[in-house]
Amino acid sequence: MSTAQPDTDELSRRVGGFLAAHDPSAMEPLEFLRARFDAGLAWVHYPEGLGGLGAPRHLQAAVDRRFAKAGAPTNRPERIGIGLGMAAPTILAFGTEEQKRRFLRPLWTGEEPWCQLFSEPGAGSDLAALATRAVRDGDAWTVSGQKVWTSMAHEARWAILVTRTDPDVPKHRGMTYFVCDMTAPGVEVRPLRQITGEAEFNEVFLTDVRIPDEHRLGDVGQGWRVSTTTLMNERVAIGGNAAPRESGMIGVVAALWRDRPELRTPGLHDAVLRAWVETEAARLTGARLRQQLTAGQPGPEGSGAKLAFAKLNQEVSGLELELLGEDGLRYDDWTMRRPTEVDFTRRSPGYRYLRAKGNSIEGGTSEILRNIIAERVLGLPGEIRVDKDVPWKDLPR
Amino acid sequence: MTELASDLLYSEIENDLRASVREVLDDKAPWTSVLAGIEKDEPYDAGLWRTVAAQLGCAGLPVPEDLGGAGATWRETAVVMEELGRFAAPVPFLTSSVVATAALLTAGERELLARLAAGERIAVLAVPFSTVPGAVADTVRVADGTLIGEVTSVADGMAADVLLVPAGGGLYAVDAADARRTAVTSLDMTRRLADVAFSGAPATRVAEGGDAVRRALLTGAAMLASEQLGLAERCLDDTVAYVKTRYQFGRPVGSYQGLKHRLADLWTSITQARAVARHAASCVAADDADTPIAVAVAQAHCSAVALKAAEECVQMHGGIGFTWEHAAHLYLKRAKADAIGLGTPDLHRAALAALVDLPPA
Repeated sequence: MSTAQPDTDELSRRVGGFLAAHDPSAMEPLEFLRARFDAGLAWVHYPEGLGGLGAPRHLQAAVDRRFAKAGAPTNRPERIGIGLGMAAPTILAFGTEEQKRRFLRPLWTGEEPWCQLFSEPGAGSDLAALATRAVRDGDAWTVSGQKVWTSMAHEARWAILVTRTDPDVPKHRGMTYFVCDMTAPGVEVRPLRQITGEAEFNEVFLTDVRIPDEHRLGDVGQGWRVSTTTLMNERVAIGGNAAPRESGMIGVVAALWRDRPELRTPGLHDAVLRAWVETEAARLTGARLRQQLTAGQPGPEGSGAKLAFAKLNQEVSGLELELLGEDGLRYDDWTMRRPTEVDFTRRSPGYRYLRAKGNSIEGGTSEILRNIIAERVLGLPGEIRVDKDVPWKDLPR
Repeated sequence: MTELASDLLYSEIENDLRASVREVLDDKAPWTSVLAGIEKDEPYDAGLWRTVAAQLGCAGLPVPEDLGGAGATWRETAVVMEELGRFAAPVPFLTSSVVATAALLTAGERELLARLAAGERIAVLAVPFSTVPGAVADTVRVADGTLIGEVTSVADGMAADVLLVPAGGGLYAVDAADARRTAVTSLDMTRRLADVAFSGAPATRVAEGGDAVRRALLTGAAMLASEQLGLAERCLDDTVAYVKTRYQFGRPVGSYQGLKHRLADLWTSITQARAVARHAASCVAADDADTPIAVAVAQAHCSAVALKAAEECVQMHGGIGFTWEHAAHLYLKRAKADAIGLGTPDLHRAALAALVDLPPA
């Protein structure tokens, strides 16, 4: 390790020096991003040589702002969130030196997009019940099974994959974690159409896919621990700035209320005001959470934020349809599309209403989140686990 | 896009202040004492008030030092409100150290203000406790420098040494001894009401126009949100502690999802109430232009959270929570009175509708 952790001034000096030597307007975006990674200014809290400088994590926002101000190309983080938010921290925590050097740079620059092969038709909230089998075959593994809810699978180069390697031990102990080549023979990606008509997600069928042992992350049988690291990082990344007042869905509803007086009723007025207040409360809560992180006082409040966000989105989008009355009966388009981003405000009210239903299911159902808050924040007793000591192969399914 | 101007966190000074206030309240205002107090004739706990107001110096927090105060801000005052809310403490802090103090600060009055800041005198604004900021009814008139009329449901009306009475387009100070006061059997006996009648009471005009009263009620509503936050936290803490130790069907009742999930939702609501209440306190402290919106949001939101917390506290304690010999009803009564106090959530939403251009049907 180098001497002291770089501070704000040191980082500012380094960014200035980098920008003086690398003119963003004169370089290929990819070359610029690679150079930025090599200078340790990609994610400053990562170690030196792996895109970082071992600096405190909260100093990243200022670095990003400097690059944005200079008109530098970005790695389009909104498109590679799974790589940045889930694969990278897992590789950093459990990868070999060789794996870190091979995967992290093209992951960060966006050259190699990542997806996540975790959920299965029979393993949703109970991820550790998963059934995708990996069988050792010399210096490689043969993997077969079905994964589901995989966003970006059709564009991804690599996947983080968790498998069952030992069916004879209780479920948490018999799992192993891999990096899977999405271009390997036996990997089949099929779009999964959802209630909105489009397909953001995929099903991924794995049939005798060969994965070299050098692409294993962590020890054999350690897959649950590695997965936990991935999932802990799922919602750590939080945007840099407070959303302005009336942004998002409440803005659409408020504008509708102002523009269409003929839609107004006393009951809907009360509902709009209640939704406005709750949205503002959620916005301030997000702002406070960011202030805590910036001050280096992270708290458990983030786990409540997703719960509140899901409930609010569902309420406000449902209110919008009712406010619209007759127009709420119409839908913009049921064609199966393949969107790369979810944008609530650019589609129709019907889409917003339907898409919001996913908010309390994806990334941990609201019921599981409530368990987590109750047990980890409030210290209430855990759920009774009847499957804890039963070999995986003997579990009812 | 700029980051929010308000600091929504607690400073080290605020954390220290919280610790000293809590230490005093733990010692002098355990719920058993608060419960015993509501059956006594004394309208408030005078001993506790002396300690909080004068010894700890909390009464003068938002008052500048050259006016006899501590020279802190409404942010620190809000922290004291959180702690007093945690204990449903029977002291006239909201009424005298917040609402009356804000009125006198706005009016530029000095003499009475200094005595309130020192905790030597108690003044209350003579309006019904249910009054929403900006909606003071004109029930008292001025005749030859004296006041004539009645005001009902004045919070801490019996505790007051001085009544600040909106009348004749201004604000008047009246010695409480010159008014006829009738104690009201109140829903919340930890903050008791009085009906007040004036029949030619000598009065001193302390402010012109309605600004002092409007600012006083707005500041009171902002600080009340912090009281509601503290009260909600207390209800959650007590309930969580109870459901861990109460066994039925061979398990702690807190192991059932039927309770766990509701407590998780309550905790989430409280994290929101904290952000909302801190924002309102910061806005008032900075005299921010956003104050009326921040306060309307805080009251609409925090009233509901505190009430929910108190209602869940009663329900999740089961039978014991329905008894007089348990603290839960103290919190429930305070929470319900607070939800009505300084404007119901509905009245604050109506105020908000005008402020953010969401007109009624």
